[in-house]
Amino acid sequence: MNAQTLTYREALRAGIEQALEDDERVFLMGEDVGRYGGCYAVSKGLFDYYGEQRIIDTPLCESGFVGVGIGAALGGLRPIVEVMTVNFSLLAMDQIVNSAATLRHMSGGQFNIPVVIRMACGAGRQLAAQHSHSWENFYAHIPGLKVLSPATHTDARHMLGQALEDPDPVIIFEHVMLLNENGEVSESPEADMESALVRRQGDDVTLITYGGCLHKALTAANKLAELNISAEVVDLRCLRPLDTDTFLGSVEKTHRAIIIDEGWKTCGLAGEISAIIMEQGFWFLDAPVKRLCTAEVPIPYPSHLEQAALPQVKQIVEMAQAIMEGR
Amino acid sequence: MDRESGHKGLQVKPEGLVTEIVEDIVMPSLGADMTEGILVEWLVKCGDPVKRGDIIAVIETQKGAIDMEVYHTGVISEILHQPIVTLPVGTVMARVKLTEHSDRSKVTQLDSVAVTQVETRTPLASPVVRKVAMEQKLDLTAVRGSGPQGAILLRDLPETTEEMRASTQASKQSSGATKKMRGAIASAMTKSKNEIPHFYQSLDIELGNAQEWLKKTNEYRSPDQHILLLALLLKAAAKALTKYPDLNGFYENNQFVHAEEIHIGNVISLRQGGLVVPAIHHVDKLSVDETMQAIRDISARGRNGHLRSSELTDATITITNMGERGTDTVFAVIYPPQVAIIGFGKIREKLQLVEGDLVNCDVMSVCLSADHRVIDGMLGAKFLNALSKQLQKPELL
Repeated sequence: MNAQTLTYREALRAGIEQALEDDERVFLMGEDVGRYGGCYAVSKGLFDYYGEQRIIDTPLCESGFVGVGIGAALGGLRPIVEVMTVNFSLLAMDQIVNSAATLRHMSGGQFNIPVVIRMACGAGRQLAAQHSHSWENFYAHIPGLKVLSPATHTDARHMLGQALEDPDPVIIFEHVMLLNENGEVSESPEADMESALVRRQGDDVTLITYGGCLHKALTAANKLAELNISAEVVDLRCLRPLDTDTFLGSVEKTHRAIIIDEGWKTCGLAGEISAIIMEQGFWFLDAPVKRLCTAEVPIPYPSHLEQAALPQVKQIVEMAQAIMEGR
Repeated sequence: MDRESGHKGLQVKPEGLVTEIVEDIVMPSLGADMTEGILVEWLVKCGDPVKRGDIIAVIETQKGAIDMEVYHTGVISEILHQPIVTLPVGTVMARVKLTEHSDRSKVTQLDSVAVTQVETRTPLASPVVRKVAMEQKLDLTAVRGSGPQGAILLRDLPETTEEMRASTQASKQSSGATKKMRGAIASAMTKSKNEIPHFYQSLDIELGNAQEWLKKTNEYRSPDQHILLLALLLKAAAKALTKYPDLNGFYENNQFVHAEEIHIGNVISLRQGGLVVPAIHHVDKLSVDETMQAIRDISARGRNGHLRSSELTDATITITNMGERGTDTVFAVIYPPQVAIIGFGKIREKLQLVEGDLVNCDVMSVCLSADHRVIDGMLGAKFLNALSKQLQKPELL
């Protein structure tokens, strides 16, 4: 398979371009996505090529334009709605949770909502507490939604296409720290969008993670190899529905699990995964499940405090060493 | 029994309740690379009284046959495995009911939970261990846990996981004790060279005085009472180590732990190939004669395979000396977790200027290999010079 090297941002743009090319019902809508090229420059250049009918700048009103997107999907179009960051999506939460997620159920299956909502997420760029949070777990909580977290460049390139094919609302989280990173992009998707993938094989401990923490987990796994600890890394990819078979299969092999999640620990995704392991994988465990999450504070602005709050490679390594020693 | 009540049972002991203290006797690990040993023979039976240091069994390892010592004083209460059987390291082979209280307090410091293991208690065990135990009908009370609060983890079970079965099969395929020993040496030396930043310092040490003294001392002794140069080298090394204790100890868990005793490992090469490194204990406290006796004893037992387990595991530093068949210099590889090894070359003649005259001297290149995580060059130099100084006055050793 031919692979090309792109930045994560370019991979996202290539995904949008292909969607626009493949299906004339597809259009992109959001704050500053058109003339400005997107707050994170993901849609740069698309307005000039596709024009204002298909690349639509919206007013600063998340509830309004996400609602328009849902209506357009109801009406037969295939909207891609960009919400600048997950932090602002709270203003559109009623539309997403009360409308998009429920209408298929409430119409007795008569109406699907094939809308795709993209939003940036994550901390690390010193954007302070109102622009840096990880609320994937809010949306992963909601029946009726599908929630994707592309952590690799190939997933950034191809998950949008997979999401548009789905008849139900799909949320895609794009981690801001990945945008400038270069990486290889395969010509076709590595798996269907709902499958988790083992990104690195190992025997001793399973590191379960997604999104912005995948790279940290892989780096930690390499360091652990030098310490004779063989770590397996599972990339969840899809946060709702969770591909439990993949991480349970890994835990069955390694007997130990650490979940690395940029969200907060309390009521978060890491707790959910831990509970699934307890319910379905308990008899495979040789050590208590561990969680490494962001410190329970609003994300700080100063760089050193921001980094101190987030899960880091060193902590993953130390946690894996501890779990191997039975601590 | 659930975890909570198990835990409670451990900690709350009614006053005045007499609990029998029973200690496990496990297949010992005689080096980081040892994964299993063969129980060849029991030298005790159930009900026999034993005291700390008694030899209770013969086990066959990659390093040859070893006389296994018991670490507790008491009565053998159970024999759990019959020879000849291969057992993974850590397998409980027998139990000893303690009779001495000193044993108890000493062990309590090490592992309070293990000591208070009472026979009637359901042991703590990880979920996977419980599953395996149920499937294979294992009795977990016979297993000693290494996990938190003494919990039994997968690694504590004898031959259960597929990984362990695979590794056992692999080691069976490489038949022959020599091949196994080669493997053990290979893994220890690879670990050493991968992990330890070695540096080497060499010093030519004049041995004229030492040889003169040996000649004089041995003149009226029968050959079996002769003192060999090696005894002087060991004594001199021990004395220099007393002065520079930072070369004597272990580097473990990212830190150096200085050893109180001076147990010098002495490399003995075996006729059939391979080598063993038994320790001579407390060299600093032995006389030259006692040191020589210890060398003779350990060399004989090393070659016919009757070394004691402690002798193979507790060296605090190692020396290697190939004598006349050797080379000018030996750049030796440190035996982890020790931090230094001293290589003694062969004696050679060297012309030296002494007060303007050319003098023919007998010298030996002594090469210190040291772990730079712990030792710096200045310390190494001081040590080698102290060693040299000791050897100039053999009568004081």
